[in-house]
Amino acid sequence: MSNIRSAFRNGKAFIPFITCGDPDLETTAKIVRAAAENGADLIELGIPFSDPTAEGPVIQGANLRALSGGVTTDKIFDLVAELRKDVKIPMVFMTYANVVFSYDAERFMARCCETGIGGVILPDLPFEEKDEFSAVARQYGIDLISLIAPTSADRIAMIAKEADGFIYVVSSLGVTGVRSEITTNIGDIVEVIRQSTDTPCAVGFGISEPEQAAKMASLSDGAIVGSAIIRIIEKYGRDAAPYVGEYVKRMKDAVRSVD
Amino acid sequence: MSSSKGRFGVHGGQYIPETLMNAIIELENAYEHYKNDPDFNRELTQLLNEYAGRPSLLYYAEKLTRELGGAKIYLKREDLNHTGSHKINNVLGQALLAKKMGKTRLIAETGAGQHGVATATAAALLDMECVVFMGEEDTIRQALNVYRMRLLGAEVIPVKTGTATLKDAVSEAMREWTSRIDDTHYCLGSVMGPHPFPTIVRDFQAVISRESRAQILEKEGRLPDAVIACVGGGSNAIGSFYHFIPDEGVRLIGCEAAGRGIDTFETAATVNTGRIGIFHGMKSYFCQDEYGQIAPVYSISAGLDYPGVGPEHAYLHDIGRAEYVPVTDDEAVNAFEFLSRTEGIIPAIESAHAVAYAMKLAPTMDKDKIIIITVSGRGDKDCAAIARYRGEDIHE
Repeated sequence: MSNIRSAFRNGKAFIPFITCGDPDLETTAKIVRAAAENGADLIELGIPFSDPTAEGPVIQGANLRALSGGVTTDKIFDLVAELRKDVKIPMVFMTYANVVFSYDAERFMARCCETGIGGVILPDLPFEEKDEFSAVARQYGIDLISLIAPTSADRIAMIAKEADGFIYVVSSLGVTGVRSEITTNIGDIVEVIRQSTDTPCAVGFGISEPEQAAKMASLSDGAIVGSAIIRIIEKYGRDAAPYVGEYVKRMKDAVRSVD
Repeated sequence: MSSSKGRFGVHGGQYIPETLMNAIIELENAYEHYKNDPDFNRELTQLLNEYAGRPSLLYYAEKLTRELGGAKIYLKREDLNHTGSHKINNVLGQALLAKKMGKTRLIAETGAGQHGVATATAAALLDMECVVFMGEEDTIRQALNVYRMRLLGAEVIPVKTGTATLKDAVSEAMREWTSRIDDTHYCLGSVMGPHPFPTIVRDFQAVISRESRAQILEKEGRLPDAVIACVGGGSNAIGSFYHFIPDEGVRLIGCEAAGRGIDTFETAATVNTGRIGIFHGMKSYFCQDEYGQIAPVYSISAGLDYPGVGPEHAYLHDIGRAEYVPVTDDEAVNAFEFLSRTEGIIPAIESAHAVAYAMKLAPTMDKDKIIIITVSGRGDKDCAAIARYRGEDIHE
């Protein structure tokens, strides 16, 4: 079992997503520290993938910028090891199955364990395929984070029962990206999850404004924001860290208010 | 305990977002029901025979045989199907299935445009809405097919991400499907992607070898010595191989697009240059770098320009039942011209990869041996591009 649950002990959690190496790894390090200092409870670090099929245009762009800058899985592990000297909050990776598979799953999980990564989110690894990595993940104490979608319906209980770390509740159909409105009935989904597990639930996909984050957090245990942060990084580039820090503070204040 | 489905050896599976899982399960259940439903099969057979023009001919290419001076060569003429390629076999099956499932909208990816044209055609016939995703690069290479799809009432969306070719079109179609599932069926064009697609598409394409096996037995009284087909994702190849798989004496040869050569980076020969990975919903062989980043592949043929291969082919390779050989752009273009001149048959540049390998193999075989080449599509769509390849400035 990882340290992920501790992220949900400071009231409702705010979870920022950052693509490693966009625009470069030095900037990523500054952004992670700024997010941690401004109240992020858990950080999702994206390992870029050439063909991120679950992402909308904003995060696709971040993936491609990072890869064209020469970032690799090994360089990202080195970054995490460096960050771990002072960043104490839990961190998880978000990437695609092939990145883990081609690195060799056991070697990948061993390095996660060694560098202090608590979990791995793989949007192209549904419940039916988690045996691909679950044994080695467990061996190294890494949580394979389960996702539940608006279409999960009768699958929710099955997924929730075996969920570790936290449950990523996908707010909307489609890919990642900022949305003006989230129409899924998140409360109902979380209620079904709660009947099967006490694993915390955080809602992601489409959240950008403090009001949305507060609303989603009020229905669950936390809010995840990706594209809105990537947009800030896209806009300010190497100077993005203080702007992301400010944004994280605003969002954490918003989710804290619903405790 | 999880339960992975749709495996071919270690390959296959369902590596897709949770959002799509119930849609995939619904599709699998519907397919399991309808594949044995007499009414469904009657309707599909009627469409294939009365609309698409099946069975397709198994043509004895006497002049080609004489020119090459070895094995007797037959051509399985999928180019004579309505819409000009084998793609219609699968599309009619999936469109009919989608209709039975209550779907009103088809989405599809396309490389060369043949699958997009077939999907647009079926959508027109069955009164369904149709959206086709096509790499922007391919919309330029295959401009005529873009026009055909629009003429048939489909919307064509040029995909600008990544390498702007077939793999990006597949990614974009998957993204679209996760955003609109209720009324939409993703009519995947090859034996790839998550289960049950590799099985569904194979079953619908298996009509090719069901016919050709019976046709060759009738014409020659015996099975062929080799069956040759081109392989991108691998739908015409698996269709051409399927009913010969139990016949151990029949060599099954898939021709991959080597582009400028398998010792260059400008290639799409997945089995020859790739390694095992997980992408586009399946475990199989992929062209990729050491960190699992999918490689930008290249072939003159937009239809074979894909960094992966269907999981059943990966398995047939692993167990040694089928061989996968690389064929370069140059070899394919030579074959394109050679078949046109010797038989008066202009093959699709994809199919020309299979013809090219047969041109190497046939002369090494005795005259009493038999080869069947699948001509998966017609080459009209390629004429302008091949002319440009030869330095003639022709534009459509």
